[in-house]
Amino acid sequence: MLTSILSLIQAAVVFGTVIMLGCIGEILSEKSGSLNLGVPGIMYIGAIAALVGVFFYEGAAENPSPLLCVVIALACGFCASFAAGLLFSFLTITLRANQNVTGLTLTIFGSGIANFFGGSLNKLAGGVGQISVSVTSDAFRTKIPELSDIPVIGPLLFQYGFMVYFAVIAAILLQFFLSKTSTGLNLRAVGENPEAADAAGIHVIRYKYLATCIGAGITGLGGVYYVMDYIKGTWANDGSIEKLGWLAVALVIFTTWKPKNGIWGAYVFGLLYWAYYYIPGLNRSSQEIFKMLPYIVTIIVLVVVSFRNKKENLGPAHLGRSYFREER
Amino acid sequence: MEQQTAIRMQNITKAFGQVLANHNVSIDIRKGEILSLLGENGSGKTTLMNMLSGIYYPDAGKIFVNGEAASIRSPGDAFAYGIGMIHQHFKLIDVFSAVENVVLGLRGKDANLKLAAKKVCEICETYGFEIDPGQKVYNMSVSQKQTLEIIKVLYRGADILILDEPTAVLTPQETERLFHVIRNMKKAGKAIVIITHKLHEVLSISDRVTILRRGEYVGTIETKDATVQSLTEMMVGKKITLNIERPQVANPQKRIEVKNLTVMRQDGVRLLDNVSFTANSGEILGIAGISGCGQKELLESIAGLQKVSDDASILYCAPQTDASIELVGKNPKAIRDLGITLSFVPEDRLGMGLVGSMGMTDNMMLKNYRRGHTPFMERKEPKELAEKIKEELEVVTPGINIPVRRLSGGNVQKVLVGREIAAAPTVLMTAYAVRGLDIHTSYTIYRLLNEQKRAGVAVIYVGEDLDVLLELCDRILVLCAGHVNGIVDGRATTKEEVGMLMTHLQKEDGRNAV
Repeated sequence: MLTSILSLIQAAVVFGTVIMLGCIGEILSEKSGSLNLGVPGIMYIGAIAALVGVFFYEGAAENPSPLLCVVIALACGFCASFAAGLLFSFLTITLRANQNVTGLTLTIFGSGIANFFGGSLNKLAGGVGQISVSVTSDAFRTKIPELSDIPVIGPLLFQYGFMVYFAVIAAILLQFFLSKTSTGLNLRAVGENPEAADAAGIHVIRYKYLATCIGAGITGLGGVYYVMDYIKGTWANDGSIEKLGWLAVALVIFTTWKPKNGIWGAYVFGLLYWAYYYIPGLNRSSQEIFKMLPYIVTIIVLVVVSFRNKKENLGPAHLGRSYFREER
Repeated sequence: MEQQTAIRMQNITKAFGQVLANHNVSIDIRKGEILSLLGENGSGKTTLMNMLSGIYYPDAGKIFVNGEAASIRSPGDAFAYGIGMIHQHFKLIDVFSAVENVVLGLRGKDANLKLAAKKVCEICETYGFEIDPGQKVYNMSVSQKQTLEIIKVLYRGADILILDEPTAVLTPQETERLFHVIRNMKKAGKAIVIITHKLHEVLSISDRVTILRRGEYVGTIETKDATVQSLTEMMVGKKITLNIERPQVANPQKRIEVKNLTVMRQDGVRLLDNVSFTANSGEILGIAGISGCGQKELLESIAGLQKVSDDASILYCAPQTDASIELVGKNPKAIRDLGITLSFVPEDRLGMGLVGSMGMTDNMMLKNYRRGHTPFMERKEPKELAEKIKEELEVVTPGINIPVRRLSGGNVQKVLVGREIAAAPTVLMTAYAVRGLDIHTSYTIYRLLNEQKRAGVAVIYVGEDLDVLLELCDRILVLCAGHVNGIVDGRATTKEEVGMLMTHLQKEDGRNAV
């Protein structure tokens, strides 16, 4: 019993980390008013960029250094996702394209390009499932030594790769940035009322670009973690990254745009998502009902938040709209 | 004592496309002085001041700040020169607290919330404001928001304050409090400009008045030498003869009778206050007033689009049967189902009147889409109507199926007016029917309105050009801040009389004492 609860929690934490990274990246972006629905696509792009990067490094180096592997994976994933965010920003901020359409297109584009390169990579490696970036994957999955050996607490808190802790720290830092710093205040102003921000001398366009691109970069790290830890350094064309991407978007709403809620929210989503696996007596069809739980919870949260009608809990007022100074 | 000049604007000209918003305007703003900038709507007051606050850049002319030539290209530049403008539409973030709004966009020590809260309290003490630095903006009243805007500007060290129609949204008590603060700022040596069109405020607060008319500088006088009459004359100018036809009223009959009509905005401000009047058949009733004085709400109340007070009554007197029908509480469909044809040409032509992305035919169908009895559209009739309107009103369009958005303003208006008239209304309401139209099209509209008048329709014409109102309308109802300030005979009245009624509330009744 205890072991199965422990393994449920572990699965939830690993799952939660993927969507937590996706969620806080998206929060940063949405706080500037950019509703980027390209989260799944960006995760795809981050994942494949990291995989390609380390695949060639590990293939070329005699003795791949684990540290360098990690750095390459993170750098490739972040930069590629940042570039995807830049594309989104250019289309929606500079050209003022519709954010919903652009985001959805980015999702389709990201999944297409990632699966194209994933397929090519499989071919290079000599067949599906043959990709091996074991050094990188192992580095990502290294547990904290000693601490992880403590009974119960060890497996519960310390038996994860470093990205799990990185995600929590990133969420705390983002929370601090948004609520305590003046730059964070300015960023929130841009998402709430860009006209007022503009009149106060804030460079609205610059803030939107930076928040959207860095947000996309963080989101992409979720994809890196997914491919390196969650599926252990392989490539699968089954679209499961996309599912997690949409859950990350749902999680943004669930957290009412507060990164600190993203920490526990992501794990709750993980628990709900994996619950079916640990509940005895479910057949294939009833499993699917349980898999819907995260979405149902999000809807309930939305309803509750709307009922309470507290302005701070709603999204940024100018979310999803483009800003043009001379429009009146 | 000689007062120092804070700002001198010299020969400023600014055009938007073909329209000259300011033409060769020169004004002086002095330290320790309150200057009123007076003029009708569209006289270029706000445009002129926006060039000081960095929103617009002048096409020609020079600006001197404290004697030195200045180039103000952004709101940031304006702050650097110590110029702060309080816009009519507040630029505040709703979910932020007062002090968070104050420090927005600032850096370093200025952006420290604790220090800022302290400084805000100091500013409040100096000038006699009251505000809670931690209060969220969405919990604030309009006057608190305005106070916050003023504090925001003072916090940034402005010595020159421009207030754009600051009293438009305030109650008399709040206005008094604002004036008290403004006088304190004047004592502290700040230069203050108030943009307004309310004469009694000009007389009560300012030291000098500068008057603009249609973008041109008319003159500057000392307030102590000014009277309501002299200011009105300078503001509205001499009467211009337009030679608009005005047929005699034949057989007028009561058609619409409005009694005790009050419309409240959500925050309790009265947009229309106890309005009563009648509109007769075969007559054009003009409605004059500074824009935003309740014209829109008045027409929308009759059309069944506004929520009105419980004791209001809008009676429709049917032409043949003389039956009186209460329109309050009925939506446009209910009114139409009673067999009453009210036609409404709204101010917002492509927003409320027509669908911009649809052609003329489809727009005609909006009015009678309910007539068909099959799931399919019957396009024949509307198509004929569209053709007819195109021909009779000389609508310039490549074809009746071209989206009306692509037509010029005048042609859009012809389509809209044509459709509304084609419904054979008994009441025709038009809001700013000739706004933005050229002379020729304007006269076409006047002709159409007169035709309807002859046909026995009760025409209500909301207008902004006093010369047109004086020549076209049989009676003119003048609105001032939601009140009926008077109903005058269009043939007997003068431009000065209407101008006075528009800008000077006749009686200060106890509407806030309630």
